[in-house]
Amino acid sequence: MNERIERLRIESFEAPVTLDHERAEIITDFYRENNGKYSVPVTRALAFRTLCEKKNIFIGKDELVVGERGPLPKCVSTYPELNCHSLEDLEILDSRDKNPYRVSGKCKEVYRDKVIPYWRGRTMRDRIFADIGEEWLETYATGYFTEFMEQRAPGHTTLDGKFYSKGMEDFKKEIAETISCLDFKNDPEATKKREQLKAMDIACDAVIIFAERHADLASGMAASESDPSRRKELEKIASNCRQVPRWAPRDFWEALQMYWFMHLGTITELNGWDAMNPGHLDRYFYPFYARELESGTLSREWAKELLSAFWIKFNNHPAPPKVGVTAAESGTYNDFTNINLGGLLEDGTDGVNEISYMMLEVLDEIHLLQPQANIQLSRKNPDRFLKAALRVIRKGYGYPSIFNADTVIEQMIRAGKSVKDAREGGTSGCVETGAFGKEAYILTGYLNTPKIFELALNNGVDPVSGKRIGPETGDPAQFRTFDDLYGAFEKQLNHIVEIKVKGNQFIERMYADYAPAVFLSVLTDDCIKKGRDYNDGGPRYNTNYIQCVGIGTMTDSLSALKKHVFEEKAFSMEDVLQALKSNFEGDEVLRLTFANKTPRWGNDDDYADDIMKRVFESLFSEIDGRPNTKGGRYHIDMLPTTCHIYFGSVTGATPDGRQAGLPLSEGISPVQGADRNGPTAVIRSCGKMDQIRTGGTLLNMKFMPRVLEGDEGIEKLARLVRTYFRYDAHHIQFNVVDSKTLRDAQVHPEEYRDLIVRVAGYSDYFCDIGLDLQEEIISRTAQEEV
Amino acid sequence: MNRGVIFDIKRYSIHDGPGIRTTVFLKGCPLSCWWCHNPESQSAFTEVVYRPDRCIGCGACEGACPVGAIALTQRGYIADPDRCTGCGRCAEICPAEAREMVGREITVQDLVEEIEKDSLFFDESGGGVTFSGGEPLSQSAFLAEALEACRERDIHTVVDTCGFASRQVLERIAPLTELFLFDLKMMDPELHKRYTGVPNGLILSNLEWLAGQGFSMIIRVPVIPGINDTAENIEATGKFLSELSRRPGVDLLPYHSSAREKYRRFGMNYRLEDLSAPSRERMEIIAAYLARFGITASIGG
Repeated sequence: MNERIERLRIESFEAPVTLDHERAEIITDFYRENNGKYSVPVTRALAFRTLCEKKNIFIGKDELVVGERGPLPKCVSTYPELNCHSLEDLEILDSRDKNPYRVSGKCKEVYRDKVIPYWRGRTMRDRIFADIGEEWLETYATGYFTEFMEQRAPGHTTLDGKFYSKGMEDFKKEIAETISCLDFKNDPEATKKREQLKAMDIACDAVIIFAERHADLASGMAASESDPSRRKELEKIASNCRQVPRWAPRDFWEALQMYWFMHLGTITELNGWDAMNPGHLDRYFYPFYARELESGTLSREWAKELLSAFWIKFNNHPAPPKVGVTAAESGTYNDFTNINLGGLLEDGTDGVNEISYMMLEVLDEIHLLQPQANIQLSRKNPDRFLKAALRVIRKGYGYPSIFNADTVIEQMIRAGKSVKDAREGGTSGCVETGAFGKEAYILTGYLNTPKIFELALNNGVDPVSGKRIGPETGDPAQFRTFDDLYGAFEKQLNHIVEIKVKGNQFIERMYADYAPAVFLSVLTDDCIKKGRDYNDGGPRYNTNYIQCVGIGTMTDSLSALKKHVFEEKAFSMEDVLQALKSNFEGDEVLRLTFANKTPRWGNDDDYADDIMKRVFESLFSEIDGRPNTKGGRYHIDMLPTTCHIYFGSVTGATPDGRQAGLPLSEGISPVQGADRNGPTAVIRSCGKMDQIRTGGTLLNMKFMPRVLEGDEGIEKLARLVRTYFRYDAHHIQFNVVDSKTLRDAQVHPEEYRDLIVRVAGYSDYFCDIGLDLQEEIISRTAQEEV
Repeated sequence: MNRGVIFDIKRYSIHDGPGIRTTVFLKGCPLSCWWCHNPESQSAFTEVVYRPDRCIGCGACEGACPVGAIALTQRGYIADPDRCTGCGRCAEICPAEAREMVGREITVQDLVEEIEKDSLFFDESGGGVTFSGGEPLSQSAFLAEALEACRERDIHTVVDTCGFASRQVLERIAPLTELFLFDLKMMDPELHKRYTGVPNGLILSNLEWLAGQGFSMIIRVPVIPGINDTAENIEATGKFLSELSRRPGVDLLPYHSSAREKYRRFGMNYRLEDLSAPSRERMEIIAAYLARFGITASIGG
């Protein structure tokens, strides 16, 4: 890292995070003036263009890649048209201990006088909650599931490589062609399509204007720059911004700037959850790099400097601030940009190149919160690539995470994608599989599996709130067999999933009709061809995921009841229900027996692992294949992000010995501390889940640093990963930090400000996460060699 | 079929031979080294240990004991060692895992099934199974049968031994073993007897025999500061090894004190209470010294 990069890195790291009103104010002014004048998509497009025309343009000292969503780095925009913060929300964000967003007096004023008065009652969130119905609201409020789109737009969007060979002018041409072919005589949707296509065209103009403004600013700065080398850089930046995104990039530097404008465009237009993912940057950038290296216009060193400067830009964009339950479940600045490295090229050959290695170096050197990166590891990728990644992982940042490219591709083929589209795809967000640049794969929310089981243990009544949530499935004390109990769970599961999906379908239509993503539609195949929006079935593939949480807790709970109640009959169901109700108060013998004398998930014990498979099948058959409203289908993911903490907090004691309120198991990792046979046993247990039929699973492993010492430690970890992937596993990630260090960081946070640890499908600053999550990370079994 | 007594099976063993391994710890050892890391492995029989810090005082153990050996005392539920038969009923029922069995009987078939679970890891990494202990040669019939079963299943085998066994035992085991990890603690017979409980004549002659027969092995030297890291001992070790018909590689294993807590738990006297680990520098000096005899020594194993 040279002096410039070091400085840019520190500036980005130290800049305070503020909630900024610029976007909210421009949007509000625009809507007051224009709402109702145009069709919905054109209104969205014009609002986007207005933002591009009016927002403050910033080029920082010594920056090489330019552009910010906010007026300044780490000034975070808000999206009042979707979810309008109240003054109280702003106060909380400003003053909370962890991950605060500073709010200026001016910002509060603008919100009070302008933004709130206009948007109250008009936001997507207000309209959704007004119409979604009592049953959904009650089930949601009691913690059976979450809903991503109650405050952020449908997201999980990932771009492919198309705009490295096409500029906005090319897209405009395609749009014009589609418009010219519209059949107004026979196609009742033709008018709707024309409005959508017009809107996409405006969106193309908007980003060109945005870039031109940067070019003008850079030219002006160059004119008054006294340092000749910086003047040359500024002139090149100006020239870059005149070239891209209007036209396709011609060199490495322009390619970086091209991506960056696309990124800013999509995250300015809407606040899709998660933030835009760049896809396989190594393979997109490599041809530019190779060509210039060959012609002598670029050195490796300069390419790396440009790449580092580009990398830092991501960190300037913390996640848009959330409110309510979502704030509790996902308290992080991380906006989940997750760059894919390696994998297979479209033709099925090894996708690792020199940029893949360079990006691992940059990831290691910069190690900021964002962006995060993962490797897509295929059996065709060399071990050198895996080991280079493991050497970064060994440092303890928790990234890169490791995905099985062959499984990811197979998952997509199972879900109906073409082989080529599947290879061009990968994973984004935490672990979610998708076809980059061609698919809307929407995360709809988490499902609290153990709490659904809790309904079965309480004949449909939520024991925490006392409300009837599910159907009467019988008094569990009367169940004669384990299958009776399991059947009750399946009925409750069906009931909750029905409510969840009904709600999703409604929200999906709300976004399709009222919040189209017109710029994102330009970048996603086949929206232009179909004349349909990203949020309305325009993409080639349209997937909805429901993320199932707590399979470890669920498996162990069932295992305990099966063994101790139904088989050995050492405890009666009444005993168990009483113990759960009293949170094991006075029932320590029962609690410990259930916790310690039960075959548990993660130990390569078929007794427990077969129960896991049964639960997995229930989740799969209940959810997978249900149609959404966009011509696509629902699939399952097995990941929690940090939702296992929130779900745990609303779930009573569970028969695995877990006390009320404590976290559930995360991902497909075993319950914290339940795995006692080491990492190969965990891997074998997880390998019994048919991960091909998911859209992603998450396995977290914690290793003590000394297990990974030396080349031999790396070699053996590499073999562990490769073996896990022979079981068609999806993903594995490692926390390499000892609990002593983490304890010390709790006591002296000031000394560990940049200590990054793996949380769920992402990493975060240890000192920025809540105490409950800190404790949970410490408690995850350390796979230590004794 | 033979049954053996083991006290642990450890998967993802990465320091007991090549690749990812499953290490099987057999119970019972003819030596009693002062620095032994597995004091619970020395007795050949199954035992029950008690951890008062985990005990919730439920008394289930007292009720479960078929011979009435357990009684509540000021130190918790203590078993009368004279009456306890080591049957393990108390450990089975104890919900808090305050009573735990050390050691269990296992058939070769069950053991091999357990080992085979990690076959894919062995295949991927060039690993296999390591029999350690305790002293695996002290259950030689069981060991031989287990090694044969592993060979049938194409599982690579390592035997980690102190070398204190009869020649007949070694002759039986060696052809079934792909690699020996052979402990060489000290060269002076008197000191050897003092610190391990047995003289070293048999050990050294077994080592010479194995080398002479051309069996593969790695010599493991635990480096115990003040006990066997003296210039005399290192020199004698180097000289001895250099005169073998085939010079083996050496792993120097630095002493560490992590076993101290175990001794307390088992109510055993730890004789190296104040000893601390040798420095990296010290280890490197020893490795360099051995190199003068043409012996390649790596630190750690």
